[in-house]
Amino acid sequence: MNAILEQYRVTRRQVLIAGSGIAGSLVIGLPAFASPSDEERTIGWFVQINADGSVVIGAKEPEIGQGLRTALPMMVAEELDVDWDKVSIRQMPLGIVKTADGYTWKYGGGQGVGGSTGLTSNWQLMRQAGADARRQLIRAAAARLGVDESQCRTEPGEVVCTSLNSRIPYSELVADAAALPMPEDTTPLKAVEDHQIIGTHRQTIDARDIVTGKAKYGIDTDQPHMRFAVIERAPILNAKVKSFDDTATRGVDGVLDVFTIDGPEFGAPYVILASGVAVVATSTWAAMKGRAALDIEWEESPSANDSSERFWAENEEMLKSTGQVVLDDGDFDAAMASAETTIVHQYRVPFVNHAPLEPQNCYAYVKADECHIIAPTQMPSGASRAAAAVTGLARENIHVDMTRVGGGFGRRLTNDYVAEAAMISMKTGWPIKLQWSREDDVKNDFYRPGGLHEMQAGVDSDGKVTAWTQRLASGSKYYRRPNMEDDRLFGAELYIDDFPRRIVDNIRMEYFHNAIGLPRGSWRAPAHTVNAFVLQSFIDEIAHETGQDALQLQLDMLGESREIEYSGHGGPTYNPGRSARLLKFVAEQIGYGKQQPQGRGIGLAVHFTFGGYAAHAMEVTVADGKLTIERIVAAIDCGYAVHPNAVDAQLQGGTIDGLSTALGLEITVKDGQVQQSNFHDYPLARIAAFPSLFETHILDWDEEPTGVGEIGLPSAAPALTNAIFAASGQRIRSLPIGDQLA
Amino acid sequence: MVSFKINSEDVSFEGDADTPLLWVIRDHLRLTGTKFGCGIGQCGACTIHIDGEAQRSCVMPVSAIEGRDITTIEGLAPSEDELHPVQQAWLEHDVPQCGYCQAGQIMAAADFLKRHPDPSDQDIDDNHTNLCRCGTYVRIRKAIHRAAELSAGDDS
Repeated sequence: MNAILEQYRVTRRQVLIAGSGIAGSLVIGLPAFASPSDEERTIGWFVQINADGSVVIGAKEPEIGQGLRTALPMMVAEELDVDWDKVSIRQMPLGIVKTADGYTWKYGGGQGVGGSTGLTSNWQLMRQAGADARRQLIRAAAARLGVDESQCRTEPGEVVCTSLNSRIPYSELVADAAALPMPEDTTPLKAVEDHQIIGTHRQTIDARDIVTGKAKYGIDTDQPHMRFAVIERAPILNAKVKSFDDTATRGVDGVLDVFTIDGPEFGAPYVILASGVAVVATSTWAAMKGRAALDIEWEESPSANDSSERFWAENEEMLKSTGQVVLDDGDFDAAMASAETTIVHQYRVPFVNHAPLEPQNCYAYVKADECHIIAPTQMPSGASRAAAAVTGLARENIHVDMTRVGGGFGRRLTNDYVAEAAMISMKTGWPIKLQWSREDDVKNDFYRPGGLHEMQAGVDSDGKVTAWTQRLASGSKYYRRPNMEDDRLFGAELYIDDFPRRIVDNIRMEYFHNAIGLPRGSWRAPAHTVNAFVLQSFIDEIAHETGQDALQLQLDMLGESREIEYSGHGGPTYNPGRSARLLKFVAEQIGYGKQQPQGRGIGLAVHFTFGGYAAHAMEVTVADGKLTIERIVAAIDCGYAVHPNAVDAQLQGGTIDGLSTALGLEITVKDGQVQQSNFHDYPLARIAAFPSLFETHILDWDEEPTGVGEIGLPSAAPALTNAIFAASGQRIRSLPIGDQLA
Repeated sequence: MVSFKINSEDVSFEGDADTPLLWVIRDHLRLTGTKFGCGIGQCGACTIHIDGEAQRSCVMPVSAIEGRDITTIEGLAPSEDELHPVQQAWLEHDVPQCGYCQAGQIMAAADFLKRHPDPSDQDIDDNHTNLCRCGTYVRIRKAIHRAAELSAGDDS
């Protein structure tokens, strides 16, 4: 073997074997590149075969509960042809490599989870990694036996040579296989009908570690000489520290240091969210106690007069004028003028907090020439950039390790807490674990933007919707993004290609930006969570007000299976017929149309989100102002369900997230301060809110998978509010539902 | 100094007597299975057993547990090879998503089942109040019923 390949192989071994100490283990270093200079595209990072036949598969993506740590290794194991019960996984760090003009991915594909892309972006890569490894094992066996490759096949964990009636375990071939250069041709992948692991029920691979308390999250990081830090952040949005008295703080046993953290400039892009005072101590509690003893004076803030009351009043005013027209198909005005019936309603959707159950935290150790980050993050590359921005170190000298993540929901797409930890470590020279409290998390977030929507529709004498508009005044998520022009702010809030575009001929969308000081960001299924509620409520209203059946009206609009253009995320096409199939399915399952007793009703909704489809049917009772969800039927079409157990879990969890948020969650601001602080006033729903009659269904479509982390959420809330209307005649046009039924 | 038993071992803590038991368990005893979620006893991620009873350790000062017997998630299973019925049921239904709240959920359910060995859905609604942000409630409900069966000796 030539020296360069040997060197690569050693490097790869270090990736997966470090610390394993298993005698006789070897990693298949399978360079998929034609020449050594193409190392960056290598796919040989993921497979380790031990002497005892056990297999370790590298998990390269963050695990936030979506199941990728199991799903991606399933793809590798399928193509590698090994027994799943022999497989364990090891979390890989961030891998980036410096190039002439920037950085590229080390492991042959990106790392980071958002937009339900973690599965689809790895679908080809991870299967190919397994297939290539299997191919090399076959070639190694063929060389050893002196036969042609074509005379060998595999059975789980071994190569079988039919002509010689000989079997060789992978564990005995791995060293030879690792030394072979990759063939030039692409190794073919298995046909879907041959899958033994993909598409079958598999348990979460580290479930046992979780139920025994062994699984490690960011908060569990324990490094030598580590100190503990907390930050008292500005209570008023965009306020800065003027001065502070830390006499009492320094008197707290265990407090080591106290200093100011500079916040971002008002209106500038965020690296961190707020100005504050950091307290570093020998334990988490000492730091928290020291923080409580701080006496801080804050400067006057430009956001000191921000309030929800003002924000909502301004939105109402804005909708009385004309906004930025971002879509104008056909002739909306003429269609409205000639409509038999016109319908206009407004819907209000609040700001909400991500509230992952693991509060933000990060370990950072900044030294003169390198930095180590251990973080629960959805975007390890963002963590690397955040640490680089703070320290000035080159990114190749910033090592980012990933832990299990105690919930993502989009909050950990931004790495402000990584930047804070790096700041504190750089200032003190110590290895630091920064810990946020729940109050920190509720009051300092990139909230889901709130907005007021005005919907208008024109309906002809046959009941057909001929004109449609959505007019939205909101605080755009894109506010304070780098290089963001004002006329592009709408793009985060109005997805112009969403249903019913290209179905209703005359359609217009208008946007008004209301720049409240509350930070905004991506919250699970971003604008889909908002727009599904608005659109699916409005269609239900159109049906009732024009004397039509809500299911039939929407089925008529969706029509037959066909691909229509969709330029948004999840495109390039959208098939309304797939939505129709799901909607009809959940309606049938729940018994839509049957006679209901007084106070009981069924609601339906469907939505297309990031390439996947989901529908909900709910049956509720409203009696004496009390809402009871009696039954939930949810269905998802994610193409090919790669890891059905996780698809089912995400559909359950997405449904509950959508309902919990609709039932009782809202972030409000008064005098520039977020008014909620913890779970007593930001009341996530508990188990009692959800019925035992809770069905989930996966409807296969084709052989291409879509992601599932966000798909199951958007249609849950409107199915609930449509059911409330059916049960009580009361239309919920403002979320959360709260005590509106009382 | 406060002395107590944790997972059958005698330990003592010499620091600030106000320290919540949660942080003694996590930072000082380095048993990190017990999680911090809210710090005000709302979410239950920090649920442990004190003398066999489920308690939220984030609001329990260490000074209150002198001489008492603590069990954390690390000490719930009878042995390395044998899980507690609640843990077993959690595996059978593959409850965890992110998994962060699950140690607390399991500790809460284990105590609940001692008091309600054959619980109805209503019993679960009335008593099981731990928060799960991922929404694993559908499987938690099934797993609690299954754990009740396992505890009653029904292994089928």
